[in-house]
Amino acid sequence: MAERCAVIGVGQTHHKSKRNDVSIAGLVREAAKMALADADLTWTDIDAVVIGKAPDMFEGNMMPELYLAPALGAVGKPMFRVHTAGSVGGSTSLVAAHLISSGIHKRVLTVAYEKQSDSDAMWALSVPQPFAAPLLAGAGGYFAPHIRAYMRRSGAPEHIGRMVAVKDRINALRNPYAHLHLPDIDMKMVEDSMMLWDPLRYLEACPSSDGAAAMVLAAEDSLSGSFPPAWIHGMAMRSEPTMFAGRDQVNPQAGRDCSADVYAQAGITNPRAEIDVAEVYVPFSWYEPMWLENLGFCDLGDGWKLTEAGATAFEGDIPWNTSGGVLSSNPIGASGMLRFLEVAMQVRGQAGEHQIDGARRALGQAYGGGSQFFSMWVVGSDKP
Amino acid sequence: MSAAAAKAKRAVRRPVSIASFAQSENVRRDDQHNEVEMLMPVVAEVFANIGITKNDIDFICSGSSDYLIGGPFSFVTALDAVGVWPPMPESHTEMDGAWALYEAWVLLQEGEIDAALVYSFGRSSPGNLNEILALQLDPYYLAPLWPDPVSVAALQARALIDAGKGSEEDFAAIASRSRKDALSNPKAQVAHDIPVETLLRDEYVVSPLRRHTLPPITDGAAAMVLAAGDKAREWSDKPVWITGFDHRIETHSLGGRDLTSSPSTAKAADVAGVADGPIDVAELHAPFAHQEIILKEALGLDDGVTINPSGGALAANPIMSAGLIRIGEAAARIASGQAARAVAHATSGPCLQQNLVCVLEGE
Repeated sequence: MAERCAVIGVGQTHHKSKRNDVSIAGLVREAAKMALADADLTWTDIDAVVIGKAPDMFEGNMMPELYLAPALGAVGKPMFRVHTAGSVGGSTSLVAAHLISSGIHKRVLTVAYEKQSDSDAMWALSVPQPFAAPLLAGAGGYFAPHIRAYMRRSGAPEHIGRMVAVKDRINALRNPYAHLHLPDIDMKMVEDSMMLWDPLRYLEACPSSDGAAAMVLAAEDSLSGSFPPAWIHGMAMRSEPTMFAGRDQVNPQAGRDCSADVYAQAGITNPRAEIDVAEVYVPFSWYEPMWLENLGFCDLGDGWKLTEAGATAFEGDIPWNTSGGVLSSNPIGASGMLRFLEVAMQVRGQAGEHQIDGARRALGQAYGGGSQFFSMWVVGSDKP
Repeated sequence: MSAAAAKAKRAVRRPVSIASFAQSENVRRDDQHNEVEMLMPVVAEVFANIGITKNDIDFICSGSSDYLIGGPFSFVTALDAVGVWPPMPESHTEMDGAWALYEAWVLLQEGEIDAALVYSFGRSSPGNLNEILALQLDPYYLAPLWPDPVSVAALQARALIDAGKGSEEDFAAIASRSRKDALSNPKAQVAHDIPVETLLRDEYVVSPLRRHTLPPITDGAAAMVLAAGDKAREWSDKPVWITGFDHRIETHSLGGRDLTSSPSTAKAADVAGVADGPIDVAELHAPFAHQEIILKEALGLDDGVTINPSGGALAANPIMSAGLIRIGEAAARIASGQAARAVAHATSGPCLQQNLVCVLEGE
């Protein structure tokens, strides 16, 4: 029987395009120390460390957990490394949570990061491989055709993507840790920005960020910290193949199955009514309406209507990405964990300016690969 | 945690069995297959051994390293070897498959699922391992000097000699025995019967390491099925149980460690309960011959324990799979009745920085 598990500490860096003031070790320590302080714990209270990041080639360090072990207080402890592409920050949180819910450990520190300024993600994603079609235009080039397919299927008008780009950047103004703070953002500014991958313009894409995120997870008998715990109500991962003619990359089955699993665990039957706030992995603007449908917040084809009606805005009935989301900060390996962390902050009531009043239950989602790896959790202020 | 507390904790773990294991041929260079093609027969075999399909599996976890093929996301397409449609719960660790096994074992502890597939693969042949493994080191202070893994291991071997814990003759004896034992391992890459005196005439690669003390460079893959609950009995008449499992890491800085000992292995062995009963067989992931001496001491193994009857990593060292293979080989000794209780070990990082210990028992 699985043990209850809760988030009792959160920490994140100020995300920026270049964090030249810190090494990679300094970056992850900054987030980890903040999470420990939030949980009112020290390094010695931690039983195990679980770390995640996107491909090692992004910084050019093979299996960097080896080098980071002392910086994260892991010496003499179990240290585990997760890598599931873009969903890794979410998967890392889940691997850490399972160390608690399985009864193996009491307190686990989990950390995720990317230091994109040490690297060139576009290059790392574009190395030609034998037997594989090249991804020469980076992630945006891969996803743009699927966005076009969504627009054609749903009949969504062109301005929906721009609306998401503006909404998330306005939200980011409430989040002191967000990378992009664009006080003058508006539809015109997005429309005037350079076309990168039709239909995605520059301001409809995520930035390249340096940053880290960290959480302390604990068993029911090991809670600490001044904020209330964020209890995990449900957690799941799902994967599907890259190369399979039967896949629907616009509305992936793995995403639908993953959310169905998490909702069943959490006892949620109507996500739009029962989830107070969500942090969803939207690296390109159009993924908000696409994931609204995939996550069952509305019927197929209606996602863009929710966005257009303002339902996902800060004042809407289902605020999405009140932190500014991936569109405002993208330390790739940490981007998924930031989604999971931000919803924990919401149900603990510690989200400051971007807090949704009375948030009691929240969904964190991350995806990766060619829309094929999904990780999700639902956290709540009530003990499950 | 006290020894008694650790023992009490082990007692409440859910029994998990190694229901099936398979590995590819281990070869110097497999340039006829990509990762998916390397894995497919191994995955097919690990299912066929016990007459199941992927539909009997609840969770998949794999271990691999992007850097070996020099591209991002090598694990992504590797999943095609299983064919996860409809979608399945699945995870990946950028560590040896032994740690993927650990992740699956953790999930099985919760009692919600009963079967897991674990696989790992490593193709070292497309790149230059001396350059690639240098990138495992501290990116600011060590990697820019490009220390190759043989030179780093030679530091450890030299320290061992200086400490009086081993000699070049000891290293040669371990290499000679391992490759002789490998003659009975059909999957071995390097197997021969060469006496110690002959081996000691080898040139040094990096003093004090002669060629025979080095692991081969290997392409290979491995897979395992774990079962708990009714499935463990359904899939095996005589299940091999995991009765202890832990892993620990040390500091990275080579200058900050006593390279002649392995406190992380000793700690993992303590938590896994290696000393709770007699050990018949040990499969140790010691890529360099001298590392067997360090691991044997850390695990508290006496001279009566049969070490690496498969030939160990000196017979085949598919990086990212060699640790998982140790666990599979140890389980095979128990399944065949040659051993009642075994310990398997996996390592990661320079000079045994990170170590995993798994205790296996028959009935």
